Amino acid sequence: MSEHVHPNHHGDDHGSHGSLRDYVIGFILSVVLTAIPFWLVMTGAIADKSTTALVIMAFAAVQIVVHMIYFLHMNTKSENGWTVMALIFTIVILVITLSGSLWVMYHLNHNMMPMTSHEMGQLP
Amino acid sequence: MTATAMKSELTQPQLQAAFYDLDEHDHPEGGSTMLGFWMYLMSDCLIFAMLFAAYGVLGGSFAAGPGPKDLFDLKLIALNTAMLLFSSITYGFAMLAMEKDNRGATQLWLLVTAVFGAAFLFIELYEFSHLIHEGATPMRSGFLTAFFSLVGTHGLHVTFGLIWLFTLVVQIGKKGLIPANKRRLMCLSLFWHFLDVIWIGVFTFVYLMGML
Repeated sequence: MSEHVHPNHHGDDHGSHGSLRDYVIGFILSVVLTAIPFWLVMTGAIADKSTTALVIMAFAAVQIVVHMIYFLHMNTKSENGWTVMALIFTIVILVITLSGSLWVMYHLNHNMMPMTSHEMGQLP
Repeated sequence: MTATAMKSELTQPQLQAAFYDLDEHDHPEGGSTMLGFWMYLMSDCLIFAMLFAAYGVLGGSFAAGPGPKDLFDLKLIALNTAMLLFSSITYGFAMLAMEKDNRGATQLWLLVTAVFGAAFLFIELYEFSHLIHEGATPMRSGFLTAFFSLVGTHGLHVTFGLIWLFTLVVQIGKKGLIPANKRRLMCLSLFWHFLDVIWIGVFTFVYLMGML
């Protein structure tokens, strides 16, 4: 398909562009990784809900990595590794934000839960 | 050599040169654009992290209003996701055409990407209007506020991506695939695929987990 090697070396060598093969592999993988979780939820193939939740989260994580590699062309070498460093930093902040918010707010909700009269009667 | 001796030997210009790099090496135009744009995407990622956190916290606060199971239609979301995935690979084809310096094909694939992107937005707006029509407005409950903020911010990003995409089609038409335009295409490529990554989070955590 690409018998014509591009003649001019364009100035910026950042971000490799990937090949047709990369894009097609990425696309097929993401279609599969999208279709399976949708199928799991729509048909209820796994009876246990928390198992299903874990499985679809695992699929999402894998699909994010697939997109990073095949569509965003992440690698440890681009920009002398600074893109990966920025990504790792972002993931750390992201995990702290998400887990911190959920953790704190869950306990806040739990402790501030309005009580029904029945619950009040059972207080020690 | 003592410190005082060293001090006396340094003349004024030498001292200055230590603070100001007088013969700075060449920075080619746009040399730092891709890294800078990546930094922008990472900060954008944090915006979405906050919105996901808000959804995680408020996602169960229905205020006796409708919940995900009453509102979401997974078939519509699957269609929406397919539109975004198709637009991702067609943008990839635009990048491949750009690498071969094929101006017409680049513009064509960009326009195909725009069609899928617009279809995504159209379906999303249809869903939103349907929800609002049913009384599930952002003001109804904490869950709906967080839902509209998160999904709406993503949709807004796609809208701006589309505007950017049309701008680039015009610019390529006027100036061709010059290095500056290639750089812009590469930035938009990162942006577009990044939005797809965010959408993976949205359909998994909001729609699929909501319907469980």
